[in-house]
Amino acid sequence: MKKNLNNKIALIIAVLVIFVYGIIGVPSGVTGKALTEAVTKRIHLGLDLRGGAHLILQVVVSEAVSAETDNTVGRIQQDLKKANLSFSQVYKPDPAKPEAIRVEGVAAGKASDMRTALEDKYSNEYDVTGGGADASFTLTMKQPVEKALKDRTVLQAIETIRDRVDTLGVSEPVIAPYGLGDYQILVELPGIDDLDRVKSIIQSTARLEIHAVVGGPYKDDQEALSSAGGAVPSDEELVHGSGTVGNGSESDSVWLLHRVSVVAGQDFRSADPGTDQNGRRNVQFTLTNEAGDKFYEYTSTNVGQSMAVVMGGRVKEVAKIQSAIRDRGEITGSFSPEEVEILSKMLRTGALPASLNYLEDRTVGASLGADSIHQGVTAAIVGVLVVMAFMLFYYRGSGINADLALFLNLVILLGFMGFSGATLTLPGIAGVILTIGMGVDSNVLIFERIREEVRAGKAPSAAVDQGFAHAWVTIVDTHVTTIVSAAILFMFGTGPVKGFAVTLTFGLLANLFTAVYVSRVIFDAHLNKLKPGELVSI
Amino acid sequence: MELFRGVNVDWLKLKWYFLGFSMIFSVAGLIAMGMNWARIGSPVPLGVDFRGGTQIQAQFQQAPNTNRIRLAMDAAGIKDARIQNYDEASNNEVLISLPEQTDETNLDADRIRIVSALQAHYDNPVVLPLRNVMVVGPTVGKQLEKQALLATLYSMLGMLVYLWFRFQLIYGVAAVVACFHDTLITVGAFALLNKEISLTVIAAILTLVGYSMNDTIVVFDRIRENLRLSRRESLPDVVNRSINQTLSRTVLTSGLTFLTVLSLYIFGGQVLNGFSLALVIGILIGTYSSIAVAAPMLVAWQEWRARQGKAAVLPAAKRARV
Repeated sequence: MKKNLNNKIALIIAVLVIFVYGIIGVPSGVTGKALTEAVTKRIHLGLDLRGGAHLILQVVVSEAVSAETDNTVGRIQQDLKKANLSFSQVYKPDPAKPEAIRVEGVAAGKASDMRTALEDKYSNEYDVTGGGADASFTLTMKQPVEKALKDRTVLQAIETIRDRVDTLGVSEPVIAPYGLGDYQILVELPGIDDLDRVKSIIQSTARLEIHAVVGGPYKDDQEALSSAGGAVPSDEELVHGSGTVGNGSESDSVWLLHRVSVVAGQDFRSADPGTDQNGRRNVQFTLTNEAGDKFYEYTSTNVGQSMAVVMGGRVKEVAKIQSAIRDRGEITGSFSPEEVEILSKMLRTGALPASLNYLEDRTVGASLGADSIHQGVTAAIVGVLVVMAFMLFYYRGSGINADLALFLNLVILLGFMGFSGATLTLPGIAGVILTIGMGVDSNVLIFERIREEVRAGKAPSAAVDQGFAHAWVTIVDTHVTTIVSAAILFMFGTGPVKGFAVTLTFGLLANLFTAVYVSRVIFDAHLNKLKPGELVSI
Repeated sequence: MELFRGVNVDWLKLKWYFLGFSMIFSVAGLIAMGMNWARIGSPVPLGVDFRGGTQIQAQFQQAPNTNRIRLAMDAAGIKDARIQNYDEASNNEVLISLPEQTDETNLDADRIRIVSALQAHYDNPVVLPLRNVMVVGPTVGKQLEKQALLATLYSMLGMLVYLWFRFQLIYGVAAVVACFHDTLITVGAFALLNKEISLTVIAAILTLVGYSMNDTIVVFDRIRENLRLSRRESLPDVVNRSINQTLSRTVLTSGLTFLTVLSLYIFGGQVLNGFSLALVIGILIGTYSSIAVAAPMLVAWQEWRARQGKAAVLPAAKRARV
């Protein structure tokens, strides 16, 4: 019995040491400053406590689908020409349905040849339908293919954003898929309060593309439309650009461009800001081999034509093709110094596969975070002291027991936080405070039960035995139900609320150990010292 | 020291008072929610994380004057700005909110407009970086609203299933009804006090669901134990005795948890204000409901069954399996 008890006490002390290590690690000294440093190194503070930016981004995945089908349209046209199958046009009939491609004007009697040709090459990714009386076929991207493309787009976007955020030197950024919605990304940047800069780095990443110019500059949409004969052909689009590029004035000018780009974001291998011989800012780029070939083919057959550099949906520069270009070039346009810097940074880190919309942004200033820590810790300390004082007053000797268990509970809870790398948020601190209140509940249950047994005339050791046995059933039920609700909070919650669920769960688990096991051991030790006939101090 | 020694209150006799008390608070809450619904289109004022929009917590170098800030907003052509003093006056803080933007491609615009309006038209410099900025688009707000409702429902359902498994279905139903009662009254209190419900308040409500469940289970556990020990005692007597036996625990635990939550309410600062308020109300109501709603429901159910001519005795719940 005695030896058994010593073993148990040794176990408790071991647990205490392990979790204290979890909280502070091995501090460099015992001064207050060294300890604070050690704690903040082990326990991760949430954005609401250390300050920082929290963004939710929507990836416009339909753009990636559209880019993919744009490519396919080009391939189909080439393939059909090679196979000598005539058609009037290959195009995408509905901008709201980027996954559908239509082939129209199939020569009479060639429908089955056409079907074979299309299915031969595209049936892996597309469902081919049609071929009836209207002499046309529709290719629709298969659902699983489309889904995979969208998922891949989000992952690519995450990779790209991570690369870009890394150039900002943010420590411990979180960039991850955001579970609540479809194709959304959560970005958390601790210590960042200048959102404008962050956004220009992340977002302006709108795609950089070079398009062939069909016509322009025009004064406005109307003039552009009338020059195109009233309607924009399906393989062309109207793009605005500032007047300084076109007509030298402040107002917008409009170009008619080929919808399919010649080169796009992912085709750039490197890019650096520079100046041209006239001292104008430019971006000097190199293309990948494959894109270089494509670019060479295009420029060599289109000398004298114009091409437009489009960034973020706006024309940034229009240049006449002087001679064939393979893989090196410069873009000189109406760029500000920041734009040149950002543009080259973007091109270096790879382009986003689709543009991003902001759904939410929250920025907490570091000063508010520091205040929150101060207030949360004050509330916690006051709460602990009040509870401890009351337990001592109400249960006398056994109050020491409960207070020790409570103290150990807090140590284990914070140690858990240190070991697991979970994030402590302001609601998380509230969770710690609640744990204090609920932690003593188990002790109160046990003590009240022991008092009842003592009143019923049981001997001290029997009363303690019975008290623990009866209370245990209740304690299990109450803990399980609370953990159920904490788990659901964790599954559904975001950021701060998740932090609350985490501390609450850890606190409850620790409580099962401290309020029941530890408190029992302390009672046993106390009972061992009791003289015959003496009562338990409760 | 001991409080509540040998208490012997006939709680079930008070059931009509309890019913009246619960009805008054529930109905008052419901009316307040209805009025809010007519006025702002939602039963409770929603925090910016649910309703969407821009909210800026700005600190100024000198004491800010909300009227002058309003003039600055007007001068910059910003309409519908809501401007209110925030926290203690000595902090020089103001909360500026703008309603939701529908254009999701440029959510950030309002924040930039507000800051430049303050810099251009108000001679009291705003401290940068801003203390706190929240910009929430309509998509995210809707998602959160749905998730919050689902989380509350699932957590009640999860507990119902657990209690069904550990006790009996009627115990689970009674406990869930009590929790629902607590949630209704707490949310009603927010509607009455015109306090905003934010994401952290939802977290508090879920916590109090768990907490109220705790209290109820402690009483139920004792009922189960007593039913097994004394088969001949009538159910109302057993329920009364069980409540009385656990009363000191109930009051002590609630009191202590209440103290910690009160300390959170007093010292925890503005950010946690709604959260701790929900808990302060919820703990009082949760304790009350486990005595006044959950336990009497068991008796009412048995009496109803007796009138239907079915087995009159609430069978002792399943044996504790621990």
